[in-house]
Amino acid sequence: MELFGQNAEFKLDVLREIGNIGAGNAATALSRLLDKRVNMKVPTVSVLPFEQIADRVGGAETVVVAVYLRVVGDAPGNMFFIMSLEQANRLLNVLLGMEDVKGPGYTEMELSTLCEIGNILGGSYLTSLADLTGMRLTPTVPSVAVDMAGAILGYGLLQFGTMGDDALLIDTTFFEGDRQAEGHFFFIPDPDAFPRLFHSLGVPME
Amino acid sequence: MNEVTVLKVGMADMKVAASGESLRTTGLGSCVGLVLYDELRRIAGMAHIMLPSSSIARENRINPAKYADTAVPGLVDMMARAGADPGRLVAKMAGGAQMFHFAGEDVMRIGPRNVESVKEALKKLGIRLIAEDTGGNYGRTVEFDSRTGVLHIRSVQHGVKEI
Repeated sequence: MELFGQNAEFKLDVLREIGNIGAGNAATALSRLLDKRVNMKVPTVSVLPFEQIADRVGGAETVVVAVYLRVVGDAPGNMFFIMSLEQANRLLNVLLGMEDVKGPGYTEMELSTLCEIGNILGGSYLTSLADLTGMRLTPTVPSVAVDMAGAILGYGLLQFGTMGDDALLIDTTFFEGDRQAEGHFFFIPDPDAFPRLFHSLGVPME
Repeated sequence: MNEVTVLKVGMADMKVAASGESLRTTGLGSCVGLVLYDELRRIAGMAHIMLPSSSIARENRINPAKYADTAVPGLVDMMARAGADPGRLVAKMAGGAQMFHFAGEDVMRIGPRNVESVKEALKKLGIRLIAEDTGGNYGRTVEFDSRTGVLHIRSVQHGVKEI
């Protein structure tokens, strides 16, 4: 897919930095929320066939907990905060002070707690991004789903769907405690968002 | 017992089973898994449809499997080349869910729109829809057995179902 024209490598670096700053802030917020150390990996930016996007979280059929926010404003896109069931259970145990939270059959209370976590993290990701770029970026009200990764992520690919069979994904993995229980921030800017995004950061488009 | 070969149908992809294979596509959310079937010749085709209409396409070369209006005729052609009789095809489908609920944004109704659009395209070609499991707010994985004509549907919250 011809998304970037010239200086593609440099532009990918810029997007990686966006993931770094956004997810860095979100990880800090999560760490405060849990009062625990939260680590993150260096973000990856990749243009992937639709089919491979869900592979990042274990494959299309893997059951995950996902909070979805649509980003509106100057650089619209889709944002997902994706956790394994294990990770979500752990977050709920810590936050709600309960010992035996077990998904995928969550209560309303547990779902709305997960949703709120996504809201806080998504919000801090976007705020730092808005500060950096001077763009107006607002999240919609978040929505949570516990389902197959493929079914959930399909929503984030619709805007790319009209352009081709690949999508650009900014993926940041974070983990709290051992590396088994990891979560992901996925930011999938709409294809139309790139010129503005790069412009705001002073990256020439041609 | 013979092992059944399973052909995997990816997102925005379509395939034909003409020698007793099963067709499988995973993680259908708002996407629709459409199956066309020639029972007499035991030839089946499956498409994983993502968007309702190719009129919104901005790509140079359209991938016909991706859009409802192009996937239906495209799959019929593919099956005819494999020996199916287009006049004898019947259809089954699953998917078209609304995974997330938001006020306002039209893109969120993409699941129901995909379903409507597939139905319209089937009608245009005179293909009868004999069974469907669509809508709701949950994901599905489907597998079609071309020897029996049964479509197995699996979901996280609602277990397994056959249509």
